[in-house]
Amino acid sequence: MVKEKLQVTLLTGRTIEQGVGKECGKGSKEYFEAVSMCYMDAGDMKKLGVKNNTNILVSTENGSVVVKAVKYPRAATPGIIYMPYGPWANVICSNNTSSIGMPSFKGTPAEVEPAQDKPLLTMKELLKSEFGR
Amino acid sequence: MTIVNAVTCPVCGCLCDDIELTVENNEVVKVKNGCAICESKFLGYKSEHRVRKPLIRKNGELVEVPLDEAIHKAAEVLAKANYPIVYGWSSTSCEAQRVGVELTEEIGGVLDNTSVVCHGPSILSVQEVGIPSCTLGQIRHRADLIIYWGCDPWSAHPRHLERYTTFTEGRFEKSDWKGYLQKVKAAVSKKKIESALRRGVVKHPSEHMLKPETMGGPPPAMMKEGRKLIIVDVRKTMTAEIADYFIQVEPNKDYEVMQALRALVKDQELDVDKVGGVPVEYLEEVADAMVRCEFGIIFFGLGLTMSAGKFRNIDVAISLVRDLNMRTKFAIMPMRGHFNVTGANVVATWQSGYPYAVDFSLGYPRYNPGETTVMDILLRQESDAALVIASDPAANFPRKAVEHLVKNPFIVIDPHMNATALIGDVVFPSAFVGIEVGGTAYRMDHVPLPLKKVVEPPEGILTDEEILKRILEEVRTIKSKKTETS
Repeated sequence: MVKEKLQVTLLTGRTIEQGVGKECGKGSKEYFEAVSMCYMDAGDMKKLGVKNNTNILVSTENGSVVVKAVKYPRAATPGIIYMPYGPWANVICSNNTSSIGMPSFKGTPAEVEPAQDKPLLTMKELLKSEFGR
Repeated sequence: MTIVNAVTCPVCGCLCDDIELTVENNEVVKVKNGCAICESKFLGYKSEHRVRKPLIRKNGELVEVPLDEAIHKAAEVLAKANYPIVYGWSSTSCEAQRVGVELTEEIGGVLDNTSVVCHGPSILSVQEVGIPSCTLGQIRHRADLIIYWGCDPWSAHPRHLERYTTFTEGRFEKSDWKGYLQKVKAAVSKKKIESALRRGVVKHPSEHMLKPETMGGPPPAMMKEGRKLIIVDVRKTMTAEIADYFIQVEPNKDYEVMQALRALVKDQELDVDKVGGVPVEYLEEVADAMVRCEFGIIFFGLGLTMSAGKFRNIDVAISLVRDLNMRTKFAIMPMRGHFNVTGANVVATWQSGYPYAVDFSLGYPRYNPGETTVMDILLRQESDAALVIASDPAANFPRKAVEHLVKNPFIVIDPHMNATALIGDVVFPSAFVGIEVGGTAYRMDHVPLPLKKVVEPPEGILTDEEILKRILEEVRTIKSKKTETS
């Protein structure tokens, strides 16, 4: 049975595409495509009825963001989603610095739901909607 | 056409210094020896996403202004502020960082660098328990056990394995490249056997073909001669695919796994079957490999510093290495991200006594991570201005922190129109360090290396160091005028 929402653990980090994209320029198509996405386990995508390269809404207690779901190619990682560092991941990252200055960028509880009808914002649109600039 | 040899790559903490660039008409046209990110940097520096002129936000829009106007505006903002933050530094030279310390002291601000969101917790642990480390050269020539924990060098430090660890030809330890190729061949053969069995092509399969994994004992790769590569991570990364042994830990459980390893290295019994999702027999195999090796190294990444436990994860990793040094030789090293984040720590330390989160607001340097870290200052909404240089907090800080950054005037110095520059109040274009201006950078093992200038910067674009010096000079002029009038 297809579920409406799925509880997962959000990890953020580097990908080689994010590295290449950031050096091309943060306004580049390469950067946009590399960081406005989220790796998901193929089984989890099936549970949600989400197809590869379609939009999903990822929510944590800090906010929600629409990104593209991409099937994780290496191995099964049920219950884990992985977003490359970037403005999209920051919208939902935890602010908890544990009093040492480091926010919890990895291991945050999150919720995923299909969002095919919701638009994927560009960096300028995202910054405008988040910070008004 | 000129070929420039031995160029240091200004991308990650590996600082590969064997890059060969072809320069034609003051432009880099070809990159040799570099990784994908290196090539992207050396060819992407001249892209259309570059800031070309100084910009100031007027009526909500960034508009081009003369350099002098931008310098004056920036200096005015900083001179007026009560508690400004000066943040970034990981992608610029030590020479610029030195001016940054002087400027922050002059304006009584807080100097912080990007280690606050990468290896800041590692620094805290090193200050508590010390660090048994070495240079990458020693690892290249001598290490026979390489462990990457919570990091994916294939993605973030693409040539790390090739230059310093598993796939490098050291004097005493040889490259495992051939072993890797054999492993790939074996994986292909295994797939062929599986397909043949599934399709019923093989009529009488041997026992070995049916159950190759039930041979018992540690995996053959762990018993082989020469270098071994172990990866510990929460997901199977590209680096994990080339490892001799991959241990998958549950997210936020690294501390437990590391403590279990400490117990096993000390020959203690564990009365559980699994720790952090890892069967104890797997951990026993890792502990055996650690004790058996002649020189081992743990490289750790943000998988440890950003997960639950944060600096305590590093405490226990360093303690594990200390325990291992009672049995064999072992070292540990953080995988530093940006090419000169180590330099930012080094410069801040030699100038102020502290590696990051240095508060000059009382007129002397003070260091109290959690209080004087830029992230906490922003989240507590305490700062009233900011200067961001050679980094992109709008793309790397949680939203709430950026919300406060935007509330107050802030200045951005960067070659690219990045996310922070897009929402900044004053934006300075700067020359690319390591391409258009030389300088010094520190590799992840604290070895300083020279960066080369290979092309001239576009006309009118200053270096980070020059921009900071101009702002500092202007701040001093404004302050002296203020003193005269009062």
